[in-house]
Amino acid sequence: MTTVLRAEGLTKRFPKDDTATVALRDFAVRIDEGSFVSVLGRSGCGKSTMLNLLAGLTEPSAGAVTYRDQKLTGPNIDIGYLTQSDTLMPWRDVQRNVEMPLEIRGVSKVDRRTAAAEQIERVGLRGFEKHYPSELSGGMRRRASLARMLVGDPETLLMDEPFGALDAQLRAELQDELLRLWHGSGQTVVFVTHDIEEALLLGDRVVVLGQLGRIMLDREVPLARPRSADSLRVDPEFVALHNELADALREGAR
Amino acid sequence: MTLPDTESHVDEAPASHGPVRVKVERTWWQRHGRTSTVWLLRLVLVAVVLVLWQLAADRWIDSTFTSQPTEIVARLAEWIDDGTLWLHSWVTIQEIVYGFALGSAVGALAGYVLASINMLYRVLDPFMMALYSIPKVALAPLFIVWFGIGMHMKVLLAAATVFFLVFLNTAAGVREVDRGLIDAVRLMGGNRWHIARKVVLPASMNGLLTGLKVAIPYALIGAVIGELVASNQGLGYLINDAAAQFDTAGVFATLVVLSVIAAVLNVVVGLMSKRANRWKPLDARS
Repeated sequence: MTTVLRAEGLTKRFPKDDTATVALRDFAVRIDEGSFVSVLGRSGCGKSTMLNLLAGLTEPSAGAVTYRDQKLTGPNIDIGYLTQSDTLMPWRDVQRNVEMPLEIRGVSKVDRRTAAAEQIERVGLRGFEKHYPSELSGGMRRRASLARMLVGDPETLLMDEPFGALDAQLRAELQDELLRLWHGSGQTVVFVTHDIEEALLLGDRVVVLGQLGRIMLDREVPLARPRSADSLRVDPEFVALHNELADALREGAR
Repeated sequence: MTLPDTESHVDEAPASHGPVRVKVERTWWQRHGRTSTVWLLRLVLVAVVLVLWQLAADRWIDSTFTSQPTEIVARLAEWIDDGTLWLHSWVTIQEIVYGFALGSAVGALAGYVLASINMLYRVLDPFMMALYSIPKVALAPLFIVWFGIGMHMKVLLAAATVFFLVFLNTAAGVREVDRGLIDAVRLMGGNRWHIARKVVLPASMNGLLTGLKVAIPYALIGAVIGELVASNQGLGYLINDAAAQFDTAGVFATLVVLSVIAAVLNVVVGLMSKRANRWKPLDARS
């Protein structure tokens, strides 16, 4: 399998006065095309810093990110990034928010309309096209953000705890939908989370991060798809994996 | 025994999630009751004040100093008849409008550009604050030297006042733009131009509108002060002239006209901000 996204020797420091906070040190990872990789780590282990670097939003202090054998120097429209917080434009309604990536690419108004309508339908937001973000619930805003990311048809999706702020039922629903949207699309997904169950439910492969992005564990998830949260919970294989990841997380905190 | 099926489940929420919209039937009173009450109370308040004023004049207070509503109305009618009112109002309105337009256009542009260029903003910020702190009235004599006592002087005095208010509010709006929104546009492949036009501009509208709103009375103040200092036309001149002749009715009549002009300008900006703030939740709309 070809490697799409590769990070090598990635270090990020945030200087302040005469000292610098190190968020990530000497981080390396390879992401295979078409795979779904869960990145598991506790808060403050550099997960978001890592994603920002992989998305090309910030410059590494050392090391490099390569995307399809090209050094990444800035954001790339082939890489979609769903951030932890909502970044929908509050002055645009759902329709115009979803259209925005196409608008910037200079796609004609008619094509924009149809493409946006299709994505809005896909994420289940039909009937809310004319609503502003402030008139939507948290879950609906997430759906809208998802639609906006997907409308640009990126090959690689980076997601930063996208469902972290939602209630358990809604999260399960959106996880299902994400898997449904991803399945058969050939897209590569890097999904960051602090929830072991979520990591196992979604990923083909789990990478556990410790302090400063040290990789504690990197393994395949052999669970058969389609996976359902309810039946997994009593699956002995899942329980064993769960314990293994929990141990790795605990190790990483030390 | 079976329970009668009184509960209808017609409006059950569909299988989808999220809020459900239902139609609400409201009577005329529920729809407009509160607004009508407020307006009614306002009218009552005005009436009470006017009646008290009318009664007090010459009974408890010397009307040479306070005049009285009937006299003010009579003076207004007289001025409307002989064209004095329109002549002077037109001059002042022109000064206000030109001054407001010039000051806010330059202020918005400067605020937008300066705040977007961080280095420039940091260098100029203290100077701008220092200039802002100068009472604009103190500039009037200087402006007379520079621009004479014609209309230019008043327009520029009004503009100078408006400029700083619009500038500072716009700059604050630009600098408070959410970093996440800018990153979102960068991720879509947007360049600096896209960010400026699609994020910073709409995000700073709020600051700009606040600036415009607070600047309205100051445009009026700038123009009238300019006229008070030196002029032979305009509402400021009319006040000066009336006061010099101990014509308090004339002074009050002019003040009434000034408040009407200010109210009209406020309504115009109110309509503008209503359009620009459609996206806000109802409780945050001002």
